[in-house]
Amino acid sequence: MPAVATSTTHARRRGALLHRIDVKGAPYAFVAPFFVVFAAFSFYPLVYTSWISLHRVELATLDVMEWVAFDNYVELWNDSRFWNALGNTITIGVISTVPQLLMALGLAHLLNYRMRGSLFFRVASLVPYATSVGAAALVFTMLFERDFGMINWALGAVGLDPVDWEADKWPAQIAISTIVIWRWTGYNALLYLAAMQAIPADRYEAAAIDGASRWKQFTHVTVPGIRSTIVFTIVLSTIGATQLFGEPLIFGQGPNGVSGGADNQYQTLGLLLYEEGWKNYQMGRSATVAWAMFLLLVLVFVAQRLIRRLRSARTS
Amino acid sequence: MTTESLPVRADAPVRTPARKTTTRGGRRLLRQGAGRQHHAGPLSYVLLAITAILSIFPLYWTMVAASTDNTRVSQTPPPFLPGPNLFSNLARAWDEAAMGKAMINSTIVAGVIALSTVMFATLAGFAFAKLRFKGRNVLLMLVIGTMMVPPQLGVVPLFMMMSELGWSQQLPAVIFPTLVSAVGVFFMRQYLSEALPDELVEAGRVDGAHSLRIFWSIVLPVARPAMAVLFMITFVHAWNDFFWPFVVLDMTNPTVPVALTQLSAGYIRDQSLIMAGALLGTLPLLVMFIVFGRQIVSGIMQGAVKG
Repeated sequence: MPAVATSTTHARRRGALLHRIDVKGAPYAFVAPFFVVFAAFSFYPLVYTSWISLHRVELATLDVMEWVAFDNYVELWNDSRFWNALGNTITIGVISTVPQLLMALGLAHLLNYRMRGSLFFRVASLVPYATSVGAAALVFTMLFERDFGMINWALGAVGLDPVDWEADKWPAQIAISTIVIWRWTGYNALLYLAAMQAIPADRYEAAAIDGASRWKQFTHVTVPGIRSTIVFTIVLSTIGATQLFGEPLIFGQGPNGVSGGADNQYQTLGLLLYEEGWKNYQMGRSATVAWAMFLLLVLVFVAQRLIRRLRSARTS
Repeated sequence: MTTESLPVRADAPVRTPARKTTTRGGRRLLRQGAGRQHHAGPLSYVLLAITAILSIFPLYWTMVAASTDNTRVSQTPPPFLPGPNLFSNLARAWDEAAMGKAMINSTIVAGVIALSTVMFATLAGFAFAKLRFKGRNVLLMLVIGTMMVPPQLGVVPLFMMMSELGWSQQLPAVIFPTLVSAVGVFFMRQYLSEALPDELVEAGRVDGAHSLRIFWSIVLPVARPAMAVLFMITFVHAWNDFFWPFVVLDMTNPTVPVALTQLSAGYIRDQSLIMAGALLGTLPLLVMFIVFGRQIVSGIMQGAVKG
């Protein structure tokens, strides 16, 4: 029965072919959705931003793009609001990120002890993470209120003068940083804690045998042991700080707060980007601010790389 | 388009071999505080108690302020105990900030984004962890690289795209850009590399199962704990995401964080009302945290995710 034999070989061959197609093609099909969506809604806009920044585009007529070359960049460079926003972004970034990560490190160290109720403390320190920017900023705006806010009341209780948290530059920036610190400290602490628990116990034993105090163990074993995680949180916090938007916006009384206070005293690059595009209707200039944010990030990372290289060159 | 991108533990790729499956290992870690020899002293308890109070107090006070009336809330000393008006204020906030609509919108947005992120991340994570194909390493590096790019940088063209598509002020404008997450892909890859034995996939092949079948009946059951964690964390992020929804939606069709800005916009600030709105917007996630707190904590510690 040769005919049947051929048809089964055919079927087998077809099966083998399908199998080959499946094995070769399926991986691409599985990763495709990610790359398609990412290309369309993240990568393409990112590249297109630079093109738009070379044009004059108004919010009302988005399809009319007038080529202006580098005019937007020149104007931005000469705009004092830009330098002000850049400065604010950096100062708020520093006074929110540095204490936040230091406190997270301490908190992780505490959570790393054996104790009763450790799960409670972990969940409790993560609760702020579940709060939206909106809710958190609203509550803190009220706590920092000049006339009846709880913080000024507490200051008064210990004999200090009330502070006008909204109107003055540094108090406002500290208040905004407080919101950021409150929301992210517990989250970073958990990242540190996870890394701490991966440090082998024998390193501590060796340090203890050498007579290292607990503090020495912390600085010489724990901190170096989680260094890559620390670098990682610095990178993430830097990206977050560059984009700071919701906290200063809501602290400045809701949607009208894009100017970042009466004297722009806490306007960030994120707020300036929004103000140029959606209040002043200049999308091209808005895209230029986005590019400035990108450059700021690149600069920070290059600087960080350099510092790391210098450090390792010194130690080796 | 979460402005706060999800972080992955930096050392995760290095120490892959040592790790156990997520829930089991995670729970063990949580219960024991994994093997540091020192016990906490009284000072540690005091410091942790202070941290816990600082973490929870603003939310407690939100509730207190939401339950009083405006004259009481602006007296000194400020109130520390709940008053009688909680439910009437919540009802007012519900009406004035279009909270009902915002809640429905946020539930849809966060639900769809979390579902699709989990599904596509598991598919891609499986391919990167267990399947061999040309360009795998390059593509994986691309995934990791994309985690470092802040989405705010593409917001202007994205806005133009949405108005061209006719999606301005509509939920798809919020949903589509966030359907996938690089961190999610990376997270699932890390998890499946360890939790899914190669032999299981091979056995499926020998039995003649095609890839999708293997995915469905072998990978999915193994991946379920990690998928649950990724779902919750993505849901929290999508619910709380602010910048892009604020840009692309308006007050007629807001998500919860966008609706909350409306409350604080007026010249006469009704503080109790604002706090009632803030409480409403936070409540769903707080409930989720109380129910799933342990899993979310262990998920983040396993190498997931930031909002």
